[in-house]
Amino acid sequence: MDSLLELWSGLPSYVRSTAWILIVTVAVILSVAFTTLWERKVIGWMQLRKGPNRVGSLFGLLPGIFQPFADVIKLLLKEVVVPSASNKWLFRIAPAITLVPAFAAWAVMPLDPNLVIADIDAGLLYVLSLTSVGVYGVILAGWAANSKYAFLGAMRSAAQVVAYEIAMGFALVGVVMAAGTLNLGDIVRAQAGGVSNWFLIWLFPLFVVYLIAGVAETNRAPFDVAEGESEIVAGFHVEYSGIAFALFFLAEYANMILISALTAVFFLGGWLSPFEGLLAAGHPLAAPGFHWLFLKLFFFLTCFMWYRATFPRYRYDQIMRLGWKVLIPVTLVWIAVEGLMVYWGVGPWKN
Amino acid sequence: MSLQSIAKTFLLTELLTGLSVTARTLFRRKVTVNYPEEKTPQSPRFRGLHALRRYPNGEERCIACKLCEAVCPALAITIDSDVAADGTRRTTRYDIDLFKCIFCGFCEEACPVDAIVETRIHEYHMEHRGENIMTKDKLLAVGERYAALIDADKAADAPYR
Repeated sequence: MDSLLELWSGLPSYVRSTAWILIVTVAVILSVAFTTLWERKVIGWMQLRKGPNRVGSLFGLLPGIFQPFADVIKLLLKEVVVPSASNKWLFRIAPAITLVPAFAAWAVMPLDPNLVIADIDAGLLYVLSLTSVGVYGVILAGWAANSKYAFLGAMRSAAQVVAYEIAMGFALVGVVMAAGTLNLGDIVRAQAGGVSNWFLIWLFPLFVVYLIAGVAETNRAPFDVAEGESEIVAGFHVEYSGIAFALFFLAEYANMILISALTAVFFLGGWLSPFEGLLAAGHPLAAPGFHWLFLKLFFFLTCFMWYRATFPRYRYDQIMRLGWKVLIPVTLVWIAVEGLMVYWGVGPWKN
Repeated sequence: MSLQSIAKTFLLTELLTGLSVTARTLFRRKVTVNYPEEKTPQSPRFRGLHALRRYPNGEERCIACKLCEAVCPALAITIDSDVAADGTRRTTRYDIDLFKCIFCGFCEEACPVDAIVETRIHEYHMEHRGENIMTKDKLLAVGERYAALIDADKAADAPYR
């Protein structure tokens, strides 16, 4: 074990970061696979059903555990239909444009006190720009398919993401004001010293706005008008089938996991322990680590499913009203309040 | 907008009420029936696959009165009739198109001799085009194969007729 660690630290840094990229990418893909199953299970339970329980079980436990793999195999075997009137090149490239940013954003995610693939100072800007690029894939997919439903879905998605990105950006301005840095790792470190220092408490309105905007950004229920099946069949991905459709699915769920992780990093102190300051310094529960980030991420991920099982879809004009006339003013007001709090030295921030 | 409604809006009370309902449901007992292994109870009046019955002596019940054909709202039944060798009136063709049939049970009600019945069989499939037409032979075969089941269901339902 020691010799393995020695070998690992002896490798050139580019080899190590490439290895970490591979590990994180595979981990995200696997998490997406099991997130789809977890979503179907949770929504099933909330509707008094059992959810998928046919495909595989480990000695009678965890029935349905292999459902995601069965789904992937099915989708891989299906034909990818390219509509004859579509723009074929864009039609094929669009799923990739949606997918790549969802994975690339993980590069700056602080997973552990000592582990972040690219520890860049403008990490938050990088994340914001990448999540915005993702919507290009949705718009291009809707346009390239040359179908009226896909086009309508894409247009809705574009308008919605623009509206909510502003609210989200303003919410993050509050986080940056409090932390005094754009580096995600330093944002987490700025929340050290116990739950009372988490931005969740001091920036609660911004936290709520970020949560809502995050659901809207990922085009999830109740903001999933981009694919509202009751009105426009499946929205931007009507014409996609087989694995091309699966790529959109993968990107959507990867984005959900990403937004959940970002919520944890920005407002709940990422890998910091909630028992920090309550228990003695050497206590294992008070130690920071990846498991705390995972637990917080998992909670918010489950919240996405919880919302989907609870709320009916917003009407399109209501979404626009909420984004422009409620969320943005709320963030603006709270940024002003926060400015006063910083000025008078109320709260944990002192910079 | 009153202060109360503003507080209600910004504290998201309605949304939290909704979320608490689904959260409580998450832990309630699930009502799923694991279908192929578990099945829900079936009524003896269940209307599934059709069958033509025979009398205990083996004689066909159907007398080609065509009442079922007339009453069928989906026009799923086609009957041709002729005089059989023994001088009785018999069908030469009795087709039910399962794709047209809406399983209303009117044919069963119209039949004066209880010849056409709808059994409780609902797990059947077709693999080729044309198999959706239940010919007279197929209907009689179903009736012979499930005679005991059909008789039991008829007996169970008899007090209510």
